[in-house]
Amino acid sequence: MTVHMSFFDRLFYGFRRSAKTMRIFLLISGPGIIVMLADNDAGGITTYAATGSKYGYGLIWFLVLLLPVAYYVQEMTVRLGAVTKHGHAEAIFYAFGPFWGWFSLIDLILVDWLTLVTEFIGMTAALSIFHVPPVLTVIIVIIIMAIMVIQGRYWTWEKIAFLFCALNLIYIPCAFIVHPSVSDILNQGIIPHFPGGFNNEIFFYLMANIGTTIAPWMVFFQQSAVVDKGLQEKDIAWGKMDTLIGSTFTVVVAIFIVVVTGTVLYGVNIESAAQASLKLMGINKYVGTFMAIGLFDAGFLGAICISLASSWAFGEVFGWAHSLNHKVREAPWFYATYLFAVASAGAVVLIPNAPLVLITLFVQVIAVTLLPAALVFLILLLNDEKTMGKTYRNSPLQNIICISIVVGIILLSTLYGVSALFPNLFS
Amino acid sequence: MLNSLKHFVTSNLRKVEDINRKYAAPQIHMSKMVRISLLFLRLYLLLLVGLLVYKFITLIR
Repeated sequence: MTVHMSFFDRLFYGFRRSAKTMRIFLLISGPGIIVMLADNDAGGITTYAATGSKYGYGLIWFLVLLLPVAYYVQEMTVRLGAVTKHGHAEAIFYAFGPFWGWFSLIDLILVDWLTLVTEFIGMTAALSIFHVPPVLTVIIVIIIMAIMVIQGRYWTWEKIAFLFCALNLIYIPCAFIVHPSVSDILNQGIIPHFPGGFNNEIFFYLMANIGTTIAPWMVFFQQSAVVDKGLQEKDIAWGKMDTLIGSTFTVVVAIFIVVVTGTVLYGVNIESAAQASLKLMGINKYVGTFMAIGLFDAGFLGAICISLASSWAFGEVFGWAHSLNHKVREAPWFYATYLFAVASAGAVVLIPNAPLVLITLFVQVIAVTLLPAALVFLILLLNDEKTMGKTYRNSPLQNIICISIVVGIILLSTLYGVSALFPNLFS
Repeated sequence: MLNSLKHFVTSNLRKVEDINRKYAAPQIHMSKMVRISLLFLRLYLLLLVGLLVYKFITLIR
């Protein structure tokens, strides 16, 4: 028996189907969007601001290329987490043994803690613009971060994180306020080229942008978040969509930051996002204010994700209860490591004459020791039929894409780390 | 206090030994690609650590 539906019936059922799809997506989404927007952390905002002020719109095309790079790497963590139900740290121990397991865990803790310090540097610098003393910034941030986790539900933490993710989009109105020329953006930014020719300096900026797009903590965070959220194999498609949307947002935000500084601060030497915000305030109060708020938000988002990545990793390996769905008394060590990392990183920033520049440099170098291992292990695990089964292991096409991306990232991030250690090598 | 510190250290060392025992045998199938990748990682890390040590020595000098 055939049921004939009128146009309005079809419209109504189409709407209901779409609404149901959207509801399912909103339930499943989270880890991908959060990790990608958290990737635009304090260091990332500085990199994009400096790129725009140095090269105008000239490297926008390169930022667009970073979208598939971020997506294909992070998408693998969705599959690995959903299938194995283990975080990345535990997966490395299980598959590769204790040497690589301890190397990854200890390196992750070190890189994460150092990166946390840089996030606090960004947050205190941002709020200093509004005359908020650093000590007050640190205390408020620690309190908010503690409240977010100890309420005992991953979902609640995620929804609060989403609010901060939404705030990360504050750079978009900034770009409209400065009235950039769309034709200039399209002419200068879309066609791949190297403004001023390919030289060591532009190579350094390209490496810095790649280095800020994929960080080792992102691999560990998203995989553990997928596990803590309880995603199953049937949710993998939604997880991929979540990651794709997150990758898109992260690149969009990066491009808009480049547009802002490329329009207003082109040719000005920018060394930090806080400095960019101050200079922008002199030109347009709202743009500078939004930039500073965005910097604080970027640092905060980075901090909440990075600290969790470490605590999850520790808990997975040591066998503690390590879920945000556990109350403090059920998972004391999980919350203790989290709060200790956050509080100690915040405290370092408050030490007078602390070597903060050295710490920022160190992060870049130490991250290079972990990133290749994390990515290589990811590829190997995704190709292991025993781990992933026939259905979810990498296809040949995925291997070609992912291995090319991973090799490229390893080469460029290594050169970046070496150039940070030996600046004169590339000058 | 010294006793509780000693107890904390020894219990965690025991935990580390338990973890090492638990994960002693790598579970991934050691194909040629896996072996080459792990060898590459070892050499890569040796190179990086070497560079870091060299930089540290030059800084001290």
